[in-house]
Amino acid sequence: MLYELTNNTTGQAAPERVIGAQGNTKYILEVVKLSAWYGKAKAVNDISMKIKAQAITALIGPSGCGKSTLIRCMNRMHEVSDGGKVSGQVLLDGSDIYGREVDAVTIRRRIGMVFQKPTAFPTMSIFDNVASGINLTRLWYRKGELQDLVVHSLKKAALWEEVKNKLNRSGASLSGGQQQRLCIARAIAIEPEILLMDEPCSALDPISTLKIEELMLEIKKDYTVVIVTHNMQQAARVSDCTGFLLLGELIEFAPTKELFSVPHDKRTEDYITGRFG
Amino acid sequence: MSEAGRVRRKWTNRIMLILCGCAVGLCILILALIVGYTVAKGANYLNVDFLTHTSKPVGEIGGGMRDEIYGTFILVGLASVIALPIGLMAGIYLAEFGSPAVASVVRFIADVLAGVPSIVVGVFAYAILVRPMHTYSALSAGVALAIIMIPVVARTAEEAMRLVPNSMREAALALGINRWRAVLGVVVPGALTGIITGIVLAVARIAGETAPLIFTALGSAFGVQGLLQPIGALPLQIYRYALSPYPDWQQQAWAAAFLLMILVLGINIVVRSVSRRKSM
Amino acid sequence: MKCSDSGTTSSIAVKDWSGRRGRLGDKIFLYLTFIFALIIAVSLVALLIVLNISAWPAIQKFGVSFLTSLDWDPVKEVFGALPAIYGTLLSSIIALIIAVPISIGSAVFLSELAPAWIREPCSFLIEMLAAIPSVIIGLWGLFVLVPFIRSPIESWLGSHLGFLPLFQGPLFGLGFLAAGIILAVMVVPIITAVSRDVMRAVPVTQREAMYALGATRWETIYRTVLPYCRSGLLGAVILGLGRALGETMAVTMVIGNSYALTSSLFSPGVTIASKIASEFSEASGDIYIGSLVELALVLFGITLLVNIIARLMVWRMISVKATGE
Repeated sequence: MLYELTNNTTGQAAPERVIGAQGNTKYILEVVKLSAWYGKAKAVNDISMKIKAQAITALIGPSGCGKSTLIRCMNRMHEVSDGGKVSGQVLLDGSDIYGREVDAVTIRRRIGMVFQKPTAFPTMSIFDNVASGINLTRLWYRKGELQDLVVHSLKKAALWEEVKNKLNRSGASLSGGQQQRLCIARAIAIEPEILLMDEPCSALDPISTLKIEELMLEIKKDYTVVIVTHNMQQAARVSDCTGFLLLGELIEFAPTKELFSVPHDKRTEDYITGRFG
Repeated sequence: MSEAGRVRRKWTNRIMLILCGCAVGLCILILALIVGYTVAKGANYLNVDFLTHTSKPVGEIGGGMRDEIYGTFILVGLASVIALPIGLMAGIYLAEFGSPAVASVVRFIADVLAGVPSIVVGVFAYAILVRPMHTYSALSAGVALAIIMIPVVARTAEEAMRLVPNSMREAALALGINRWRAVLGVVVPGALTGIITGIVLAVARIAGETAPLIFTALGSAFGVQGLLQPIGALPLQIYRYALSPYPDWQQQAWAAAFLLMILVLGINIVVRSVSRRKSM
Repeated sequence: MKCSDSGTTSSIAVKDWSGRRGRLGDKIFLYLTFIFALIIAVSLVALLIVLNISAWPAIQKFGVSFLTSLDWDPVKEVFGALPAIYGTLLSSIIALIIAVPISIGSAVFLSELAPAWIREPCSFLIEMLAAIPSVIIGLWGLFVLVPFIRSPIESWLGSHLGFLPLFQGPLFGLGFLAAGIILAVMVVPIITAVSRDVMRAVPVTQREAMYALGATRWETIYRTVLPYCRSGLLGAVILGLGRALGETMAVTMVIGNSYALTSSLFSPGVTIASKIASEFSEASGDIYIGSLVELALVLFGITLLVNIIARLMVWRMISVKATGE
């Protein structure tokens, strides 16, 4: 497998290890020397990484390490925050999403996001929630089209069985775990290529968390998933690759099994074994 | 601590607390007196005639305030038609689109405008509409009331939209929805209850406004003649009839006051209890 | 643009309006809402300009003496604002003297003493008092309060305290005392509401500290809560003052409309607002109308100043509380 590791704090050049290269592994997203600020405070410091397609990549690290900021840079949500600034590149299929002529809105349709707090739109029905990505971006649509899409998205998000009889109820009438799956269905409905998830389970109970983890493993066949989590066990369970961040820097980025069993950096090891964070 | 000192403190405490209770009691007493007298004196004279007849000439007993009731509704409607689009759009600007610097200036100006005494607004409307057009008119009164209404609607709409959590906005933007559609499709619907409350309370407020009407609407003895003609309204008629020397007219003033009070207080009570129940 | 074909039926091409069209939509909306917001700013500026233009004939003729002259003669076209300014200030001060103790007392009761089941309805009722249109309060004032003031109130004051110039003169009922009382009625709800909010903002720890020292309820309020929110309370009072200064209808109906400067509370008088309200529709001629408009300008200036001061005080209190205790 091919992977890259960048570690600027030690001043070393990035060592490239090729261990049994296996054909073309597609990298759908590449982060190149990305830095991000909130006003004057630097939250992400010169990070580079490559995200594998149709796989789950996890970002772990103690709170405040910049993982949420990093993931928000991937779909240009960081600039929506107060004082959010970005430098560097994020290449989607080779072209920089921060390019001059690139519209952030188009990017966000290709790179979707699910947030920590389940945010079903309370003024819309469940059906309209899932369809909102389409409804609010087009001038008109045919009723029949959306029906199929909504059903399909809800099935993919493993929510269909539970809501099929109450599609007209308000989105806010669902439980936390259901709302989060609704948000996932909503994000899937616009058919993105990549799905970013910012601590999607941290506000949920263990059963909902389990359901969503199963969901992630299912949808990775169709989408690339990048997940930020403060739960290491979760990262170990679901992800293919894992990146460890500390104080805004990418300390280590490796296949999950490797990172958790034989971490190369002492700080990674300290974090995984619970010495801090 | 001496025993006498402790007793004194205890009694001071009791007396002051009782006085505070009396203060509240006094407020409620005054409210009861005002509402009570209005109901007592007004309900007596309120009959079907009052609502359906127009006013009789000076000296004649009887007649009603049908045209003034129409007038109030027309003026409120006119003011709303002008004020609601401006106020709401301005509110959206302040809450969602405005750059912080410009928005705070606009906000400050809106607050200043909200504090202008309503009679000064009436003078302004007179100067820009009544004088050039050489006629008192419903239009000028509507504009005066609209000027009073706009800052109130704008600020309450802004406050209501600010209450919508940022996570909603971000969720909409993350779906690749344009900013303006996110505002119209997610934020405004989310703030709708607050916005409507603000609007309805503003309407109740201008329905009772009199000062700006005195020299813009003027009042009309000939009924509703059109937007560019003088027009009567309930509060205006109350004022005129109350100061008149005719007991019959004074009676009518009470009846009109009763009607106006039901309208204004009714709206306030309904709106406030609905929003109280919602927030519980 | 799909990453894999999972054989689904969804074939909706993303025919959406993002991209360049979206940016355009945002821009249009931004400008549209900005224009409406600008209307508000323009209204205020227009108000100032138009009022000044209309008042110009009078400003030109009288200059500063407008503010100090006692005359008001439409025939000779000589006008002065002093009695109106005096009346406005006097009635407002009387109103505050009556209203402030009642308001602060009510606010203390509502914020500190009342259990929830009393607090909610009482606050609600006081808000209702604020919602009553001022013309109705004026009507009540004219037919219920004024006779009551005439006797027993004024007759008692006249016979017992008549040695003071404040309480001398014939008893009309109408006059500054009535105006002050009616203004107090209108101003109490505002001062109470703002004071109550300001008091509730005082952190619980302050009160707890006093109780721990063995203070009584009243002592806690008097020594901790009230001093803590002093500037907020002052702001509330000044907000009430602003309201009283601009109040028109109720005052016009009970003040008796006499353009004179007297020292007695029993005598009729005018306020700026009541003068404008009672004479504007009959005024003619540039100087006459200009003088009335100039009165309006003076009123605008006074209330603007007062409101800004009030806002600063309340704002300061809230920000002090937010940044540190």
